[in-house]
Amino acid sequence: MSPMMRGTTDNGLLLPVPDADGEPFWTYAARGELRIQSCADCGGLRFPPRPCCPRCQSFATEWRLMSGRGHIWSYVRPHPPLLPGYAEQAPYNVVLVQLADAPGIRLVGNPVSAPDAALDSVDPALLRVGAPVRAVFAEIAPGVTVPRWLLERP
Amino acid sequence: MTATLKDTTAIVGIGQTPFARQLDPPEKTLACQAILAALDDAGIAPSEVDAFASYTMEETDEVEVAKAVGAGDVTFFSRIGYGGGGSCATVAHLAAAITTGQATVGVAWRSRKRGSGPRPWRDTRAQLPTPAQWTRPYGLLRPVDEIAMLARRYMHEYGATRDHFFNVALACRNRAAQNPAAIMHGRPLTREAYMSARWISEPLCLFDNCLETDGALACVVVAAERARDLRQRPVYVHSAAQGLPSQHHGMVNYWTDDPLAGPSWTAARQLWKAADFGPSDVHVAQIYDAFTTLIPLSLEGYGFCGRGEGAAFTEDGALELGGRLPLNTGGGGLSEAYVHGFNLINEGVRQLRGTSTAQVPGAATCLVTAGEGVPTSALLLRS
Ligand SMILES: [Zn+2]
Repeated sequence: MSPMMRGTTDNGLLLPVPDADGEPFWTYAARGELRIQSCADCGGLRFPPRPCCPRCQSFATEWRLMSGRGHIWSYVRPHPPLLPGYAEQAPYNVVLVQLADAPGIRLVGNPVSAPDAALDSVDPALLRVGAPVRAVFAEIAPGVTVPRWLLERP
Repeated sequence: MTATLKDTTAIVGIGQTPFARQLDPPEKTLACQAILAALDDAGIAPSEVDAFASYTMEETDEVEVAKAVGAGDVTFFSRIGYGGGGSCATVAHLAAAITTGQATVGVAWRSRKRGSGPRPWRDTRAQLPTPAQWTRPYGLLRPVDEIAMLARRYMHEYGATRDHFFNVALACRNRAAQNPAAIMHGRPLTREAYMSARWISEPLCLFDNCLETDGALACVVVAAERARDLRQRPVYVHSAAQGLPSQHHGMVNYWTDDPLAGPSWTAARQLWKAADFGPSDVHVAQIYDAFTTLIPLSLEGYGFCGRGEGAAFTEDGALELGGRLPLNTGGGGLSEAYVHGFNLINEGVRQLRGTSTAQVPGAATCLVTAGEGVPTSALLLRS
């Protein structure tokens, strides 16, 4: 059974379950690229991905490469009770990153000390709203890669 | 002359089961108990009921409920989506159906065993639809994690503090102290207990979260004309609205231009547009409080204060009895019971009947709201 079918990583973290609109995001992420859906007609970026453009109603899409730079818009620190795989690493850090290239677009993610480090690997005292971050990629299960975030000036 | 819902219908009966962390009867039994209690309160025979409304998350459907309680032929039924966002819309849909002649006696209900039942976000096998693929792998698993993200930003942007959230938790707990039916009756809250409570999702602690509850509630809606001949003082549905803002995403509304202006803003515009009075004329409010953070956000959305002023609004006992806006006078989701907000509807009715355990003297107008942070709904009730 593939990890996607199983639904979790070996250490019990949930894998993304892409829908048809979101699938390209994960395919690009597996190549180490952070790409955001945009309208091929008016150029507007949109997230989460969806079939058509809310501005001009075009169904033509492309996926635009982002620089991977952004800043923390907000952050939380979940404590148990949590799913077992997450409880093992709790309390851990979750951030909402506003992309430098697309201020209306914010990605949920984990700030980490290195791409493969644990979800609690950054000292929470270092987190603040506005802190600059950049995207890195971690293969969390065979063929499944997620963006994570390094603090620019830890 | 266009049709209007204004004061054309009234809530004439309310009923509920006990609230507890664990009740033995199944949800269907609890639903029937609450519905029959509400009909008895109204003095209306079950055979007269011809309309039902509940939440899409309700697991006792109208076919089973109608059959069990002995309803007549049913000519209108409706389900409202988005969890706690649906509460007030159940009454609104019945009011619309009755006003337009589709039915005559409507029952809205909610039965729920979340105190003793499973929590969906604990199930790793649950299908993860959009937007879960963008949030859950990173450990944003529970509603509290999703709202905590907005809470942290709100604190950063407007200088809100944990003391402001404590003001909300305390007002609800103080009202529960007056309500023998409340789960937290007899369990006072102190600032010290709040500040030292365990975290659930920083910056939100245990007391920022509602109570997982078993219980059921119901209310009965009829035309205003019929209401005048019944045994209870009618509580009129003065205005009603639903709210699904442009580009809204549900609980994780992180991708709009302005995530801190949630669905309450949209519902409020319609609610006040159709009303004869404004926020400053509201005597008492029942505002959806699954999390303390939702209160300042809703106070802003429904126009009780300006943008960014919701936290400061909670100061100086504003939400307590005798304050500027007495809040959640039964104890709310935080301290009475969390039954997806239906207890807020019934408490609004009690206030306007003059029978609340924490009665606001002379209360004649009440705002009731449904879940903020999801597609929502709201009611303005008047005596
Ligand atoms: Zn377009």
